[in-house]
Amino acid sequence: MIEAFWTQLPVLPVLLPSITAIGLLLLGDHGGDSHGGHGHRHLLWARRIALGSGLVGLLLATLLLRQAAAGELMVYRVGEWPAPYGIVLVVDRLGAMMLVLTSLVALPVLWYATGGWDSRGRYFHALFQFQLMGLHGAFITGDLFNLFVFFEVLLIASYALMLHGQGKERLRVGLHYVVLNLAASSLFLIGVALLYAKTGTLNFADLALRVPQVAAPDAMLVQAGALLLLVVFGFKAALAPLSMWLPATYAASCAPVAALFAIMTKVGVYAIIRVHGVVFGADAGASALVAASLLLPLALVTSVIGTLGALAARTLERLVAWLTVASVGTVLIAIGLYSGDSWAAALYYMVNSTLVVAGLFLLAELVAAQRGDAAGQLVPASPVAQPTLLGLMLLLAAASAAGLPPLPGFIGKLMLLEAALPHPWLATVWTVVLGVGFFTLVGLARAGSILFWHVRPDMPGTPSGASPKLLGATFALLTATVAMSVFADPLHRYSQAAAAQLVDREAYARAVLGPQGLATDTARPYRFDAAAPAPGGAASSGAPR
Amino acid sequence: MISMEFLVASGIGFVVACGIYLLLRGRSFTVVLGLSLLGYAVNVFIFAMGRLWSGAPPIIEGSGPFADPLPQALVLTAIVIGFATTGFVIELALRSGHENGSDHVDGRERRDEDPAP
Repeated sequence: MIEAFWTQLPVLPVLLPSITAIGLLLLGDHGGDSHGGHGHRHLLWARRIALGSGLVGLLLATLLLRQAAAGELMVYRVGEWPAPYGIVLVVDRLGAMMLVLTSLVALPVLWYATGGWDSRGRYFHALFQFQLMGLHGAFITGDLFNLFVFFEVLLIASYALMLHGQGKERLRVGLHYVVLNLAASSLFLIGVALLYAKTGTLNFADLALRVPQVAAPDAMLVQAGALLLLVVFGFKAALAPLSMWLPATYAASCAPVAALFAIMTKVGVYAIIRVHGVVFGADAGASALVAASLLLPLALVTSVIGTLGALAARTLERLVAWLTVASVGTVLIAIGLYSGDSWAAALYYMVNSTLVVAGLFLLAELVAAQRGDAAGQLVPASPVAQPTLLGLMLLLAAASAAGLPPLPGFIGKLMLLEAALPHPWLATVWTVVLGVGFFTLVGLARAGSILFWHVRPDMPGTPSGASPKLLGATFALLTATVAMSVFADPLHRYSQAAAAQLVDREAYARAVLGPQGLATDTARPYRFDAAAPAPGGAASSGAPR
Repeated sequence: MISMEFLVASGIGFVVACGIYLLLRGRSFTVVLGLSLLGYAVNVFIFAMGRLWSGAPPIIEGSGPFADPLPQALVLTAIVIGFATTGFVIELALRSGHENGSDHVDGRERRDEDPAP
């Protein structure tokens, strides 16, 4: 029994939210009956189930993290199909880290949503669990097409979550969001199909072995596929010039949804690491580092655009949304430097910035709710009911987002600056990273001084403060970032080990494909007329023998 | 004689071109049509990436030639997902049109543009 649990462990983070979501759908909706009645009891049960499932999810992710930290690659073959043919789930250090990060963001956000947002629309909790299922699956799948499927799962859930609460503005922005994502999905499929056409496989481990063998004329098609995938992942991650959709979408979503979406951009970042960092990494033969010449400049531009947007933002929500873009830019700069140290910096900074941005989205709504009609607009208005508490929370978040010591934003940026030392673009990277940090602080200081100091006591405000539940959830996210500072050393070592594990393609291939994996050949029908007309003989243009 | 490859490739190209043209229009109805056309073209493209075969079964039977079954499985998945998302986006476009009183993708008519005839 215990044995079975450990062998099935890698698939549980996907199964648990999907079963919970189906259960929540069966339980039914509250049907607009928010107080006392039959529907209200449904809602209470849905909250308990969702929070319980979230806690179990965090526990599972932590167990996987402990296993992965020991250096073990956990491979789960779905349906016991052998590796390049069936779907595999692979939990390595990076995957386990992303699972824990997802749970760490999702739990406080879910707790916050139970403070009222989940009753303002239908099936919030079921959709939330489907979104978690997609996120978890995307982070542990070892197959490119399966990644597409999990992308779609999380996107479809996100379409519905983004529209949660409805209203004109959400529907208008939501239509843009959905249409853009559907167009991106088409590009994803074209990229996947091109890679398949020339390599005959979609398994990450197998791809990493076969892409280097694709020689000159055919390599063009593989590179075209890879760059199409960069467009898609760049779109999800809000890489410039594909980042313009993000601020409007995130600012229009309700606060818990926007906070959860903070991790959605990281799915794009994660996919860029997996595909363009590892499969098309330095050892990929003719297609080596195909995205490297684009990634770094675009990431620098993303950071700058995000910061400029934050400086120009007229509402607090937009400000935070632009900061999301800026933080993604910083993470992608570190990935674009293509070294072990810079990837470790990217992973550390990514965890921190996700938690901070999620906390900021929740905080933005808490502040907006206490400012009467002005809400989140950055204009002088009535004083908030809890100026000291909210002000200190904003200060903490701002210091971490901007990268002031001793908060983890500072540690992450320091790691990044150090990792950039041997790179020829050293001066540009340092200027942008330091400049972005400074202007982030300016933007948040401007917002903070308008919100808390430049007040007009003559205007009517909201007399009561936020409920302890909402404050607690926001505070939990911000405390998690402080904890990252306290445990900076083990986290730094973990992210360095994760970066080292990513580059070790042989170990990954051995774990996924088995010891004979390098020699097995996929029998593709169209290869035998090209190579030798040996009937029934497997293709000859395969792996090295 | 025109080869099957040329016909399929130019057919996909034509449908993609139509899809992109419609996708760039300002009305949500044409945008949805454009997305569907793009989806069809992509599905045929995936299918064609397993190479074009006639009269070959997608299973290994002894030593005979066989068509690559994997793109066929992939395209089935893509069709199902595309069908679901198209349904969703149609419903969303309708709701957005009702709430905003306009089926323009921006939710309002542009001033310099004549209203739809």
